[in-house]
Amino acid sequence: MSATTYAWLVIAFPLAGSIVIALGWRSLPGRTAGWIGSAAIGLAFLNAIAALVQLQDKPAGARHLQSSLWDYVSTVGINAKLGILVDPLSVFMILVVSGVSFLIHVYSVAYMDSDRGYRRYFSYLNFFVFSMLLLVLAGNFVLLIVGWAFVGFASYALISFWYRRRTATYAGIKAFVINVVGDVGLVLAAILLQRETGSLEFAGVFSRAPHVFDRNEWLIVAICLLILVGAFAKSAQIPLHTWLPDAMEGPTPVSALIHAATMVTAGVYLIARAHPLFELAPTAADISAAIGALTLLFAASVALVVTDLKRIIAYSTISQIGYMIMGVSIAAYSAGLFHLMTHAFFKALMFMTAGSVIAAMAGEQNIDRISGMRRALPFTFRAFLFAALALAAFPGFAGYFSKDEILGFAAERGGGYWIFFAVGTAGAVMTGVYAFRMIFRCFAGAPNDEALELERGELPHGEHFNPMTGEKEDTDVGFPGPEHHIAERERPMAVPMLLLALLSLGGGLVQIPGATHVVEHFLDPSFTDSPLAQISTSSGIEALALIAGAAASLTGIGIAYLFWVRNPGSSLRLAARLRGLHAFLAHKWYFDELYDVVFVRPARTLGQVASNVFERSVVQGLVGGTAFAVRVGNSIVRVVQSGILRYYALLLLTGVSALALYFLAVSR
Amino acid sequence: MDIVWYLVLSALIFCIGALGVLTRRSPLVILISLELMLNGGNLALAAFARMTGTSDGQVFALIVMIVAAAEVVVGLGLIVAMYRSRLPMDVDEMSELKG
Repeated sequence: MSATTYAWLVIAFPLAGSIVIALGWRSLPGRTAGWIGSAAIGLAFLNAIAALVQLQDKPAGARHLQSSLWDYVSTVGINAKLGILVDPLSVFMILVVSGVSFLIHVYSVAYMDSDRGYRRYFSYLNFFVFSMLLLVLAGNFVLLIVGWAFVGFASYALISFWYRRRTATYAGIKAFVINVVGDVGLVLAAILLQRETGSLEFAGVFSRAPHVFDRNEWLIVAICLLILVGAFAKSAQIPLHTWLPDAMEGPTPVSALIHAATMVTAGVYLIARAHPLFELAPTAADISAAIGALTLLFAASVALVVTDLKRIIAYSTISQIGYMIMGVSIAAYSAGLFHLMTHAFFKALMFMTAGSVIAAMAGEQNIDRISGMRRALPFTFRAFLFAALALAAFPGFAGYFSKDEILGFAAERGGGYWIFFAVGTAGAVMTGVYAFRMIFRCFAGAPNDEALELERGELPHGEHFNPMTGEKEDTDVGFPGPEHHIAERERPMAVPMLLLALLSLGGGLVQIPGATHVVEHFLDPSFTDSPLAQISTSSGIEALALIAGAAASLTGIGIAYLFWVRNPGSSLRLAARLRGLHAFLAHKWYFDELYDVVFVRPARTLGQVASNVFERSVVQGLVGGTAFAVRVGNSIVRVVQSGILRYYALLLLTGVSALALYFLAVSR
Repeated sequence: MDIVWYLVLSALIFCIGALGVLTRRSPLVILISLELMLNGGNLALAAFARMTGTSDGQVFALIVMIVAAAEVVVGLGLIVAMYRSRLPMDVDEMSELKG
């Protein structure tokens, strides 16, 4: 079979899994649904590997295969196909997406075991992976937008998974609305591209764009900015990032899936895919890189003060995606995608360990309440340590090589791009601080009650409270079920964590600057048309980036050690002294408050005005007036309808006679 | 003979029929009056046919007779049904369809 056939199978298996579980939910006992879902994704992963093998058999110039099942629309000037594009970039993405998603599925089999919505959960989860695979394999803008919207819907369904929890449904709506804003940007960009280049296929658009647009012409800049709206909404970049921290309302493996494999990487992929357009519009690319840099600083600074374990990790995701967006925007495509891959490994691992900790704490997520879990959860602790080291870019771990490759490339571009190098290094320091803040707060220190209970071999079962509002939870719908599952006791949770821990440690070895170039060489055929991608970082700057990265990481970890181990409590004193700054960070730079004032309140006021003034006077006036006119009219006509037959006959005769007389008069 | 006399007779029969429909209250008499109106029309049609020397008017008259026969069947059927259900034989009493 050819690579495209395998690629179609990659899409087909998760869809089939979703449908099978959805239709057969009544007759799937125990963990069957979970294993079916995992098997579907596992088969998709195997097919992705087969597609990879088939693709690598071809010469480098021919690794660009298209295949389509049928035409959506075929008319004058528009030809939209249900077509996929298989090239190194999309194969790279399906490998990462299906591989990491498979491990998350296996983890969920045990983690979600006692949830009442177990089968619904796996049906959604498979659909989510299907949508993401469709998105990255799409060969034209139409199918890309279809996948894009599916991902948005699937994230809505999973974030609101515990639908009895009001904060969860609000978070789902928020995610959906912000994603639709992005969809609109993407659709407008696709319409403009169709109008200008006359094609919707990636190949057609990208080959014609250089002839249609002048370099940095306002129209192509506008198109790229519209694409960026879509990318930023999915990838949670400023100013469309506010949905991602709220998305923590979903089950923890869903957070792992959204953050590591499926959703937030879509924007990075889109910019890498549309790189011919961005290279025609350097202004848009620079804006994108600047926003990526701003976002990585913003999110890292917020992660320093947030106290909710999952939200710290969420802000760290926003920050790391900022690195990737910055990377692909300055044309460091392979570096950005390499970081996407390593980030998928360690971020999935980090959420899995967090899930284990939260289960051990019976649903508690506040790191002020968690401490001393080191001995109670030995395996989780080690896995978390690996993830944190990779996140903090500790020398030798996966994140180290990928992050420093982006920064090295920024330095190599020179000039104003040094700013990105500086911002990235500053962000790396903060990353080290917040990554080890979690370690030191949750695992070091004196064991708390739950940890002591666990050490005695019992699992605490507290009452469930909503971590956001403190309301008592209705555990009838699940969360997190009457039982808790921790990695120490569940093989399906431990094995994926072990694999991801190894990948977090060794995932960087495929691309060590100056030594191995697996990812770069693999992706090269997708970026041959780009002159910027051919820039290679000189060994001097590579060494500088590696040393700066190592120094930043160690500094960050050292600061965290000073604050939370050597002088516990000093962080509180610092927060008290810099109260203004702390409040600014704790309120997430007041973005939510700003949106409330700028968008939510005016919309609500407009709605009230419409309901009070427009509805009452105009709409009700129109409706009431119509009814009145009809009533007056019918009271006149009713008189004629006497019901007496002879009157009708008289009317008839009079009418006919009048007509006859009229015609007689006219005929004269 | 002048056609006018035929037409005058035809108009006379038609008006007698129309007056009967308007003034009488028994459904049976109304039906008879209707027949008078139709036959007044038929007389005019036959007279015109004679005048022009073509058979079109006679064909019309025949068709009117057929329609009249069908109408009488329906009308008499209704009247018989009214007798059966002991309704008053007065069209003024049957005014339930008033608005």
